[in-house]
Amino acid sequence: MSTSAADPPPAADRPESAGAGAETRQPAPGPGAEEAAAEQAAAPGLAPAASPTVAADRRPFRPLVYRHHWLVRLTHWANAVLLAGLIGSGLQIYRAFAHFGPRGRPFYPNPWDGRPFPQWASLGGWLAGGLNWHFALAWPFVATGAGYLLFLAFSGEWRSLLFRPRDVPRAIAMQLYYLRLRKDHPPQGKHNALQKAAYTSIVALGAISVASGFAIYKPAQLSWLTTLFGGYELARYWHFWAVFLFLAFTLVHVALVLLVDPASLRAIVTGWYRGRFPSHD
Amino acid sequence: MTDLRPEEAAPADLQGGRAHEEGATPLPAGGGSRLSRRDLFRLGLAAGPVSLAAACGWNGGPHLEPRLRAFSRVNDWVGEKLFLSTSRLAPTYPASKRTPERDFPAYSLTHPMPVPPDPPGWALAVGGLVAKPQRLTLAMIQALPRLTYTVKHHCVEGWTAIGTWTGAPLSSVIALAQPTEAAQYIRFDTFDKGYANGWDLKSAMHPQTILAYAWNDRLLTPAHGAPLRVYSPVKLGYKLTKYLSAMTFTAERPGGYWEDQGYPWLGGV
Repeated sequence: MSTSAADPPPAADRPESAGAGAETRQPAPGPGAEEAAAEQAAAPGLAPAASPTVAADRRPFRPLVYRHHWLVRLTHWANAVLLAGLIGSGLQIYRAFAHFGPRGRPFYPNPWDGRPFPQWASLGGWLAGGLNWHFALAWPFVATGAGYLLFLAFSGEWRSLLFRPRDVPRAIAMQLYYLRLRKDHPPQGKHNALQKAAYTSIVALGAISVASGFAIYKPAQLSWLTTLFGGYELARYWHFWAVFLFLAFTLVHVALVLLVDPASLRAIVTGWYRGRFPSHD
Repeated sequence: MTDLRPEEAAPADLQGGRAHEEGATPLPAGGGSRLSRRDLFRLGLAAGPVSLAAACGWNGGPHLEPRLRAFSRVNDWVGEKLFLSTSRLAPTYPASKRTPERDFPAYSLTHPMPVPPDPPGWALAVGGLVAKPQRLTLAMIQALPRLTYTVKHHCVEGWTAIGTWTGAPLSSVIALAQPTEAAQYIRFDTFDKGYANGWDLKSAMHPQTILAYAWNDRLLTPAHGAPLRVYSPVKLGYKLTKYLSAMTFTAERPGGYWEDQGYPWLGGV
């Protein structure tokens, strides 16, 4: 994926098209551009404006960039809906046997042991309804995940999302910044290293959920997979804990969007982004 | 824990009806149909929780619920054609891994316990689309090839229990009866208040599917389906028909006690 905002800005009013997902519409940069470039490490290569026109505009320069391919936006929102339905129907299924572990032995540690979740949080009405919802939503969830991963693989977008060993020091720097132990925002591409860690692990969590789901769906036919999770009871246990990791992720994800970068909300709806982090690596 | 009865859930149409009413957001009264941006914003704010509340504890309503059941048929097909293998055996365990007998759940529709109409005269009627209908006494079934295994019992509710089961491979009974070309399914009938199950032939022919007469080295107890029950580690517990009275080969897919209420028909694991 070629960069746009990191390159010298193109002539005004000439939208640049750079491959699958990196278009930039740039208005003539105002006088704030220099400060923006200095202050915004996120857009390191911004050239100074050619000729200042309005002296009063001191807002940092924020180019409009095309950030999310329609497939990413579609799978993102499909995921949100499907996951809500899967969790609701899963909690309904949990009501039928609110324990983990084989019978005749102490059950596995579980703060909700023997305590079904309230009906308002459940989807399906009763066990059979919950099962039918769960098994109907599971396939689209798998398809959505597979479609998303295929897109990442073929578009090269995985580069801006996959957390790799080299991201470790960057993640630490980012964490220091969030803890206010570091003043300047570390330079970043489309996503910072902590975001990469989050988006990589949420994909892994999705994969674990799907795999443990199959392990408890067909423990006899896919006994190798069930064994991989430590047996049926443990697979069911992991499947359950994945719910709370998904919920925790969603909570932090939404909170950070609203608190740190509300402009990304527009990007995940329309695809277009004008905000603090316009770089697109 | 063994209670997977539907009584506690409100009837489908009731819940669906409520959901539809709550989903309708009332428009402000008054002649003017113009809505200010603020009104729209408030409507949006209100619509979220309202539609969420409508979805809670919801089974899909009269429109979606049948579609969910229809989709369950797709999963039945996938489960039988893609997942189920008649050569792949379910894992077996050493007898030492057995669940303590008092912790192995059992249920029946008849209370306290189903009893055959004429206990000494009990026999399994094998009929329907077969060349040689059979009437098999327990002694005749015990004289057939014998299979014993210790396997994990998977309940649809999510619990498991390990037990040892002994019986005659269902395939040996099928060989006796010689089903015709038209036979595609088996209906298992019982003397437990009409409890029944429908089976696909592929699962019935699985080498670990048996007509079981013993549990943990002793003859079946009434709680576990005496005198004869279906057992297989490739199906969920509610498909393992207890208190057998007849097995009938059919061309049409037979329903079943739980299946007709919405549980997955195949119930394969």
